[in-house]
Amino acid sequence: MARQARQWRVGAAGIAGVAVIGLALSACGGAKVGDSSSEAGGSGSSGKCGTFNIAVNPWVGYEANAAVIAYVAEHDLGCKVTKKDLKEEIAWQGFGTGEVDAVVENWGHDDLKKKYITDQKTAVDAGPTGNEGLIGWYVPPWLAKAHPDILDWNNLNKYAAKFKTSESGGKGQLLDGDPSFVTNDEALVKNLKLDYKVVYAGSETALIQAFRKAEKDKEWVIGYFYEPQWFMSEVPLKKVKLPDYKAGCDADAEKVACDYPVYKLDKIVSAKFAKSGSPAYDLVKNFTWTNDDQNIVAKYIAVDKMTPEAAAKKWVEANRDKVEAWIK
Amino acid sequence: MTVAVEKTEKPEKTQAVEQAAPVKSVRKVSRSMVVAAILVVWLVLFLVLRGKQTLALAAADLTDLHRWFNDVNDSIGANRNSNPLFLYFFNEIRLVIDTLVTFVQELISQPSADRPVPQIGWLGVVGIAGYVSWAVGNWRVALLAVAGFTFLGLQGLWQESMDTLALTVSAVFVALLFAIPLGVWAGLSDRFNRIMTPFLDFMQTMPTFVYLAPLTLFFLIGPASATIATLIYAAPPAIRITAHAIRSVPETTVEAADSLGATRRQALMKVLLPMSKRTVVMGVNQTIMAALAMVTIAALIDAPGLGKTVVQALQSLDVGTAFNAGLAIVVMAIVLDRVTTAASGREEAARRSKNRFLTWRRPLLAVGAAITTVLIYLSHTYVWAAEFPGEGGTGSAISSGADTVTTWAQDSLSGITNAFRDAITNGLLNPFQTLLTDSPWWLVGAALIALGVVLGGWRAGITTAVCVGLLVGTGVWSDSMTTLASTVVATVLVMLLGIVFGVWMGRSALMDRLLRPSLDAAQVMPPFVYLVPFLALFGATRFTAIVAAVVYAAPVAMKIIADGVRNVPATTVEAATSAGCNTWQIITKVQLPMARGALTLATNQGLIYVLSMVVVGGLVGAGALGYDVVAGFSQGQLYGKGLAAGLAIVLLGVMFDRITQAAARRTSA
Amino acid sequence: MTTQTEVPQRRGTPQDSGSTPVISVRRLWKVFGPKADQVPDSEELCGLTRRELMDRTGCTAAVRDVHFDVSPGEVFVVMGLSGSGKSTLVRCLTRLIEPTAGEVVFEGEDIRQADDKRLRDLRRRKFSMVFQHFGLLPHRRVVDNVAFGLEIRGMGKAARTRRAQEVVELVGLAGYENSYPDQLSGGMQQRVGLARALAGDPDVLFFDEPFSALDPLIRRDMQNEVIRLHHEVGKTMVFITHDLSEALKLGDRILIMRDGKMVQCGTGDELVGAPADDYVREFVKDVPRGDVLTLRWIMRPPADGDALDGPELGPDVVVKEATRAVLAADKPVKVVENGKLLGIVGDEEILAVVAGQEGGA
Repeated sequence: MARQARQWRVGAAGIAGVAVIGLALSACGGAKVGDSSSEAGGSGSSGKCGTFNIAVNPWVGYEANAAVIAYVAEHDLGCKVTKKDLKEEIAWQGFGTGEVDAVVENWGHDDLKKKYITDQKTAVDAGPTGNEGLIGWYVPPWLAKAHPDILDWNNLNKYAAKFKTSESGGKGQLLDGDPSFVTNDEALVKNLKLDYKVVYAGSETALIQAFRKAEKDKEWVIGYFYEPQWFMSEVPLKKVKLPDYKAGCDADAEKVACDYPVYKLDKIVSAKFAKSGSPAYDLVKNFTWTNDDQNIVAKYIAVDKMTPEAAAKKWVEANRDKVEAWIK
Repeated sequence: MTVAVEKTEKPEKTQAVEQAAPVKSVRKVSRSMVVAAILVVWLVLFLVLRGKQTLALAAADLTDLHRWFNDVNDSIGANRNSNPLFLYFFNEIRLVIDTLVTFVQELISQPSADRPVPQIGWLGVVGIAGYVSWAVGNWRVALLAVAGFTFLGLQGLWQESMDTLALTVSAVFVALLFAIPLGVWAGLSDRFNRIMTPFLDFMQTMPTFVYLAPLTLFFLIGPASATIATLIYAAPPAIRITAHAIRSVPETTVEAADSLGATRRQALMKVLLPMSKRTVVMGVNQTIMAALAMVTIAALIDAPGLGKTVVQALQSLDVGTAFNAGLAIVVMAIVLDRVTTAASGREEAARRSKNRFLTWRRPLLAVGAAITTVLIYLSHTYVWAAEFPGEGGTGSAISSGADTVTTWAQDSLSGITNAFRDAITNGLLNPFQTLLTDSPWWLVGAALIALGVVLGGWRAGITTAVCVGLLVGTGVWSDSMTTLASTVVATVLVMLLGIVFGVWMGRSALMDRLLRPSLDAAQVMPPFVYLVPFLALFGATRFTAIVAAVVYAAPVAMKIIADGVRNVPATTVEAATSAGCNTWQIITKVQLPMARGALTLATNQGLIYVLSMVVVGGLVGAGALGYDVVAGFSQGQLYGKGLAAGLAIVLLGVMFDRITQAAARRTSA
Repeated sequence: MTTQTEVPQRRGTPQDSGSTPVISVRRLWKVFGPKADQVPDSEELCGLTRRELMDRTGCTAAVRDVHFDVSPGEVFVVMGLSGSGKSTLVRCLTRLIEPTAGEVVFEGEDIRQADDKRLRDLRRRKFSMVFQHFGLLPHRRVVDNVAFGLEIRGMGKAARTRRAQEVVELVGLAGYENSYPDQLSGGMQQRVGLARALAGDPDVLFFDEPFSALDPLIRRDMQNEVIRLHHEVGKTMVFITHDLSEALKLGDRILIMRDGKMVQCGTGDELVGAPADDYVREFVKDVPRGDVLTLRWIMRPPADGDALDGPELGPDVVVKEATRAVLAADKPVKVVENGKLLGIVGDEEILAVVAGQEGGA
């Protein structure tokens, strides 16, 4: 018993000692948390904008749009911006559940438009972003330079053997990619009677890695790609010309034998957001810029490894005039 | 065959005993002969019937089932605001979980109320981590926890790490809330266990991508969905291990309690639970590991934390940054693993070390609590203790280091790796895949069922038949066969590596100590971090997918085999040595045969782990089921097909699991 | 302790007529398998051997039509080889295994009719059991293990610790009360098991092969411990073993089982002196007969030429103990009970037993 009591005394002394050290530390402690909060709390006065939920789809071009819009909304309009990292499908679902206000770069998605704009009426179109989306078959620049005729689909069969890989079962390999994009490539290969097999790389990462390596090691790769895309500023891929797109030539997915249309990329907002009268809605609606603009910001993010906020800040400061037009 | 029949037909009484041995060996030979015969018949029929009735389905084609899945999904989305189930059930669950996660986040990771920083800053969290680790474990893991958490800060990823920790802690907490009672129930009742097992199989093998999107319909985008996605995957190990723990309490002890007149409740509270505590903690450990494996996937539905950093870095193929964040996940996993492992052994260790330390423990705990309180107070009050100082220079160094290594590997290894890839692909994978995909479906099905019967017995045969039937029903038969080919090849590679390194680790404690951390890292490092360099080395191919699966599954096989080899009784090895066996003979004639149970278990687990990487494989060129699932996650009109592909993965998993388990029971019987 | 104590001291067998049995087992059956309850009722199935029953019905009859009485204070041993059903039998007595048919009457009450609550009560107050593999709780100290039964009854902490401490001392574990089971040797662990069984002060102690897992020397110590405890506390004991010498050493009466059936039930000298069949005979073949048989078994009626003025001994004196007296006397020893001459024992009879000539027959 006595021994235990002694231990407790030791324990108590220890606690007291610690408390003293703690007090000593706090006496010479440095800045307190509350003191500096006023400047850390954000510069803009919280105006009538309120919260603005912007979906961020997982590709860098989108990130660029979102970063610039978010930066302007926060600093010029005083909104509280919440970015939500979501795939497209889920972002659109968010219109219905009220958790997403805006999608700021949409590639076609007629099925989603039908479902959420026409049927459920939870989303509305907010106009084009000014960017034009191209989808098609691309080859690395060295190949286009070495064999310029490869850029015409008529000559593709000539080179089919060169594109053979372990995956393509004796034919040339046409590398398809990101599962997010609808492709007609299997039908195209069949209908254009090309001696190729579509191989699914499965992700944008896999595609980019394939092209990057092809350019560096002078390998033969042909694959599905799209622009605007930050990777184009690293390796400017060359597009292969397919039979021209005419309206309706892709109506029957089985019989497609023409190029992909040029997508006018647009913005979609939730119906509730559109009616809210928030200045952020006007910003989204007015937002428009060029492929070059997007590529610059995308390059800041992807190649120069700036944070999206820093990239947006840099661009906005350099292009004040464009921004002013959006928020007037 | 006729020989065997003749022999058994006229057994003479005196010979009966002697015959037992030869008859058995005849049966053994005949089983492998039957397997060979099945394969030969299959090959012959394949040559005749090649390309007929293969049930191939193009990437964009759908079946009625797929369209029906789409409709169901759509109608859920359309009705969610009016359906009472949503209004009064799912919404309530979501609110509770959201509140929990937000509470934890405001404590350690996110600014709360009017503060620009969380309630507890880095110093407080490090203090708590060290104190708790010491209290539940020992001072060594406490040191590890302090070092590990500080390292997270040095990496420049403090807030991200804390977000991940908050989400993991919440998910594990909620998972255990259900898992432990369910596990106890499954441990007590065979019936409930039988009902539960298929659900657990389903939860563990169904690719998360399949239910990620619907989850956000039920629980909206936010912490609740991320938590629930995580716990669906993470709860099953805790349930299984708890049930196992309850079952392995020695029968005598339970009987002793009964004989003293204990009620069911008393037997549970005073005997079963205390005695299975140690194993249950290992279940908690596995749940934590599984939860951390979900960090990157949950990031796709806006779960905050390290996963987001990884996903974003990979959009621009920034391997360095992704690796840095991946490393943070690994560090956190290792800390949590070691702490929970130490916690499960603590009581026993304390018992051994006897009273000397025990009497000092309480005062020391009090002192520790006081120190921690002071640290929490400091980190609550002062900026230097709230926000991790520095710019994360260590993190940048790690990133650029990883970049350098990656670039070097990509530049200098690609010649060798391509040759290796082509050898495996052309020599092994392509022929096998052709056999599976170009045979008529009924032929493959019949062969699978026959193999199931021969290897696993009638019950396994029936399970196989049901699985084959359902696979045909999913409409993705051809893709399933492609995936099956890669899966089998990957499993073979896993077992080769598993045996080589498992035996090595089992025989050498030093090797074990050296390898184990890398094995742990391979299991929790988000696959994409190492897949980017692999993509550069092997291209977007099925082989890359196989490598990814091997990296993830081989550690498990190695650990299991190492344990199996280590558990071979020392006297048996001694006897073999004294009989003059050399090392090779000891391994092949004693240790491996005696570790047969471990080998089968390793095959089983290896297969399941390989299957769980099918979706990741789909992202790097495997195509087939993995791609179907990924595409279904990304494109609305393919949702149903993705779901069907997910089901097909589950079916493949269940089929192989039942066959290997039945085969294991047969060989051990 | 010297070897002397190992020699069975004929304790005054207490099954004197008039005392009612503590446990009375009647027509007890335990059948495992589908439709087990039909087997005991069917005349035809009852007649089958175990193997035939298995083939016919898929059922295993572990205990078949067993009946016996155990008197107060008696040590009743059930002996058989593994698979003979002895462990199942003892579990049926406390319904740890539910019997299929028959009666188990304890102090006039048929235990099979008891509901859960009554059964628990009986287990808490009247019975307790010692197990082959101890069944201790590894997470509790010795004293807490011993107090476990009392804790389950709902006894307060102070009271049960005090009682546990007494019992711990009784079984010779003083000084180890704060150890954990895995820090003790097997023999000491079983002492804990014994103490746990004794702590509740039960009327009957059941032992299920308690010493089979122990080393021979420790086993002997533990057997002596049981004998000592039986002297000190005088509990009724039902003891299961597969070891005949243990059975003979401890048991007032022994029940031999084979394939679930009773083969013979009697005192040790009855088994050795008059085996019921070849099975029992084979069993007792190697027993040192002089240690077990009493003069009653080897005496012969006095013949005409016998001198009847030799020393007198009781009929229950063990041969081994009588040897010196018989050989030292130059006349045959008279076996006398209550003043009545039962027979005489001469040198030949003694030597026949001691030299083992009579054995094996």
